[in-house]
Amino acid sequence: MADGAPVTAPVNGAIDPFEDMPVDHRTDHAKAMDDRKFTINFGPQHPAAHGVLRLVLELDGEIVERVDPHIGLLHRGTEKLMEARTYLQNVPYLDRLDYVAPMNQEHAFCLAIEKLLGVEVPYRAQLIRVLYSEIGRIGNHLLNATMQAMDVGALTPPLWGHEEREKLMVFYERACGARLHANYFRPGGVHQDLPMDLIDDIGRWCLEFPKALADIESLVTENRIFKQRNVDIGVVSKEQALAWGFTGVMLRGSDIAWDLRKSQPYECYAELEFDVPVGKNGDCWDRYLCRIEEMKQSVRIMEQCIHKLRNCPGEPVMIEDNKIVPPRRGEMKRSMESLIHHFKLYTEGFKTPEGEVYASVEAPKGEFGIYLVSDGTNKPYRVKISAPGFRHLQAMDWMNRGHQLADVSAILGSLDIVFGEVDR
Amino acid sequence: MSSLAVQAQFEAALTPMGAELVGALGVEAQVAFGELTLVAPRERIVEVMTGLRDRFGFQQLLDLCGADYPDREERFEIVYHLLSLTRNARVRVKVVTDEVQPVPTVSEVYPSAGWFEREAYDMYGVIFSGHPDMRRLLTDYGFEGHPLRKDFPMSGYVEVRYDEEQKRVVYEPVKLTQEFRTFDFLSPWEGADYPAPVLPGDEKAGVKG
Repeated sequence: MADGAPVTAPVNGAIDPFEDMPVDHRTDHAKAMDDRKFTINFGPQHPAAHGVLRLVLELDGEIVERVDPHIGLLHRGTEKLMEARTYLQNVPYLDRLDYVAPMNQEHAFCLAIEKLLGVEVPYRAQLIRVLYSEIGRIGNHLLNATMQAMDVGALTPPLWGHEEREKLMVFYERACGARLHANYFRPGGVHQDLPMDLIDDIGRWCLEFPKALADIESLVTENRIFKQRNVDIGVVSKEQALAWGFTGVMLRGSDIAWDLRKSQPYECYAELEFDVPVGKNGDCWDRYLCRIEEMKQSVRIMEQCIHKLRNCPGEPVMIEDNKIVPPRRGEMKRSMESLIHHFKLYTEGFKTPEGEVYASVEAPKGEFGIYLVSDGTNKPYRVKISAPGFRHLQAMDWMNRGHQLADVSAILGSLDIVFGEVDR
Repeated sequence: MSSLAVQAQFEAALTPMGAELVGALGVEAQVAFGELTLVAPRERIVEVMTGLRDRFGFQQLLDLCGADYPDREERFEIVYHLLSLTRNARVRVKVVTDEVQPVPTVSEVYPSAGWFEREAYDMYGVIFSGHPDMRRLLTDYGFEGHPLRKDFPMSGYVEVRYDEEQKRVVYEPVKLTQEFRTFDFLSPWEGADYPAPVLPGDEKAGVKG
């Protein structure tokens, strides 16, 4: 032995239990220096960090002992900015939260304002809102489910997913003029009616999409590597999911059938037929399967909406009250009254009654809530954005403990994180 | 069913539930906009939350946030939003505090409160006693101040840029090329009930020459 330590022979002929161990020739000093524990930085510039996440990982060899997520690198102070702007000016800020499914966020904000004002959205506007919420949901799940595959090493699925997502972005663009930052849902309805040929094209896409989804599934779902990396990884029990405030797929993946569209239906979800998929084991693979199944259910909802939209052409998509909703451009050119309303709404904006409300929607990532405090003026006194990603990311620490380093990206992928809404 | 009818239905169901909670937990309750709000004393918040979770089935804490009302004696409100999956109901719980009075943490009751309380501390400077990890969450490393307080300026105090000579990012006081402007556009004409003068220039009305 290099350090000259004597090797004691086993006494009384007893068998040395460490006999077959390889002899460690290092000095005591070298052994003391070789601490298996170390700390590494994951991100903020890492492709699997899904944006600007900085994780400080404490490792024991390859086993994760502690995860400390550092967030806030995309913090823009949305809530502060919203306090200084009128309600109508605030709608675009909501697009910039979860920029993967922008209209779903606008929806929650519009619902909160409508609750304060006590207005009822026309039926056709409800259908359009539901239609575009589901488009947003499919777009989100397409991105996330395939990115989850990329996080464990597959490159083709996200490319195929983006191909379909691109078509959905075009539907966004044809409805509101913008691919991402829509500003389409407005308090009182939606900004403009959909042209008939757009409804037809969405209907055609609904027929083609299941084929494309089946292609993606054939690549990923039963893939041996994908299952090796996701089955039994990041298991969340029912109790944990409840205690940590999980919502959406994170809750349903753990076998809790809870969907706000079913349990607290808003808009016209109550009259639409769809199923809520749940997972059995609460692992990453179950969450992936839930997202795939949810896309199929969303197509069902979209088809019903399209059918209903075809039955009510030309009906209003905004409430008629010009104290809340600006008049149409055409009317503005002819009527003095409309011109005044238009001017007043785009400078002063409308006022809401004093009070506080909480409105939430089933966004693709989970429950997205808006807590709105109004002091009776034309600007919100306080807006709190309760983002699902924020609650889910908080669970990174205990979900990763005891897992391998390589599982961190698989678990992060299944959480469905977008930093716009986590940091706000 | 219209959303207003749904709201009325909720309110009808919430009023007895509110009365039940008032009796059991010793809090104040009110129902508005189809939502139930409880106001709890600050020092009993952990007890109230434990009661809501264990006896009334509010399994989830979905949101916790601060709100600033500088005119009040205790300027901060901490607002908790709970959800019950079994009752299919929501409840909002509020406590009040100021800059120095700590609020007992509820992260033992609802683990999801951990980050929310860190955020409220970061944004408002409210201290949560007993919190295991009371660090800032969203603002920059080394940030000073609490940005969501009403007396914190919209533009902040410092800005950053990359300095080519020092080859690093440097912090400097905010320089605005144009004065920061806010317009409230609040109309003085609708339902006018205000002490004069309201509009800039009103004071000239009585002055001659």
